[in-house]
Amino acid sequence: MTINQLSIFLENKKGTMLQVFQLLKQANVQLIATTIADTVDYGILRILCDEPSRAYQVLKEGGIAVALSDVFAIELDNKVGRAADAISLFASEGISISYLYSFIIGGKGILIFRTDNADKAREIIILNNMKFVAESDLSALL
Amino acid sequence: MIWNPNKECMSRDEMSALQGRRLHKIVAYVYHNVPFYRNKLQEMDVTPDDINTIEDIRKLPFTTKQDLRDNYPFGLQAAPQSEIIRIHASSGTTGNPTIVGYTRKDIGVWSECMSRCLTAYGVTRDDTFSVAYGYGLFTGGLGAHYGVENLGASVVPTSTGNTEKHVRLIRDLGISGIACTPSYALYLAETMEKMGITKEQIKLRVGAFGAEPWTESMREEIQKRLGLKGYNLYGLSEIMGPCVSYECSEQNGSHICEDHFYPEIIHPDTLEPLPYGQVGELVFTTLTKEGMPLLRYRTKDLCSLMDDTCPCGRTSVRMGRIMGRSDDMLIIRGINVFPSQVESVVLSMPEFAPRYLLIIDRINNLDTLQVQVEVRQEYFTQEMDNLGAIERLEKKLADKLKSVLSISAKVQLKPPGTIERSQGKSKFVIDKRVLK
Repeated sequence: MTINQLSIFLENKKGTMLQVFQLLKQANVQLIATTIADTVDYGILRILCDEPSRAYQVLKEGGIAVALSDVFAIELDNKVGRAADAISLFASEGISISYLYSFIIGGKGILIFRTDNADKAREIIILNNMKFVAESDLSALL
Repeated sequence: MIWNPNKECMSRDEMSALQGRRLHKIVAYVYHNVPFYRNKLQEMDVTPDDINTIEDIRKLPFTTKQDLRDNYPFGLQAAPQSEIIRIHASSGTTGNPTIVGYTRKDIGVWSECMSRCLTAYGVTRDDTFSVAYGYGLFTGGLGAHYGVENLGASVVPTSTGNTEKHVRLIRDLGISGIACTPSYALYLAETMEKMGITKEQIKLRVGAFGAEPWTESMREEIQKRLGLKGYNLYGLSEIMGPCVSYECSEQNGSHICEDHFYPEIIHPDTLEPLPYGQVGELVFTTLTKEGMPLLRYRTKDLCSLMDDTCPCGRTSVRMGRIMGRSDDMLIIRGINVFPSQVESVVLSMPEFAPRYLLIIDRINNLDTLQVQVEVRQEYFTQEMDNLGAIERLEKKLADKLKSVLSISAKVQLKPPGTIERSQGKSKFVIDKRVLK
């Protein structure tokens, strides 16, 4: 019900991001989405890709501070207001979203997020008939 | 095993008597051969005949690093140049380097004391021992080297640098002992892990670590990653080099070769001798040295001395861990801060690697302290994948530092491997303050 995201702790310094992408390129990993949260000193780079477990090993062996995070991925109609509708369901149940991002792939809107209460979030998604996206679904849309 | 039970297990009374005789002799020797000491003693109205017991040492003047610099290069040398068979020099980053000449007898004493250290660590003739201190002007490499040869073990003079080759030699030659700085030991462990070599594939069992301050947590870390037992080895080039004191199997303080190097602890400001157990500045008098004997040399190292009996059987006085250096002490916003305090906090938290950097600056006339630490790779898990979690960990460390240091520090977490490694003495502090 969740998918694997690579989370990478990076120093805010010239060349550090490039190193990550070069390692993934050399390992022939296909990226699906990337986003970065940054501060003055460091950043957390988040990556969805076709083979997260293998990519994780590659980065780890390259000495990168990388974690595999379980994140929710749901598919939304590509229409105005759908994200607001979805998020309001979590907000009304008092669930905090620690980070969120979205992208469109194969004409479909994909919302990725992580919450402080995964069990409750899963329940809300099921009760409201939202559509989970599996890793294989994403790869198929590439 | 004990290398020289006659000296290492001497009764306290016999030791004092021996030290008294040797002190008289060395004072007479410098009085007649070193104008610097003759002038000082005459100014204080002291002659060699006034020095008969070891307690008389309090009548003698101190010697400082500055005295060595002022008398560069050979002003404090007592033996004629024809008797000197080796010359070492300490790094001169803050002025003239310190030049130390050794006679053949000095090299013999050095090798003897180094053999005592190695034997206390459990090294025997059957060991293959890698000396990974720098060979050259620094006393570490050659000092340890001669000790291993004197003991009869096989010495592998690896020196520093080319760490991958070193790791291969450790594995292929079945090297069982190593002498290096503790930070180089950690670097070696990292290199080994990167090369995919596990501690089960090597035979290292003894490490002689010294030449920079280290802590118990660092010892545990090195022992765990290299699969050896790590012992403290203390020395300084002005007095001899590595061999001045060493830990035994008890690992509770380092036994001083006090038949050759007489220790005192003094208050760094009043210069008054302090009793056993109290922390102050360590002072050594060389009792037998010919090349460059020193009276009451102030090491700037802060520690305490212990005279209780050690279960290992040695009777010599032991020195506790070096707590810092009197000249390493940082004064930040008027508070005394020792880098070792920061280190103990960092090492007490499993989240962090034993690497840290202190950056001190002065912004708008206010001192600032920044502490950079590396998060361990295995600790960066999905619970840490957001800025909030990282900030919470920063705050946790900042709170602990505040309670230990009494001043606030800005903590900056760094990804693993991003704080610069050095192969020699680690540089833990950058002071950017421009003081007028």
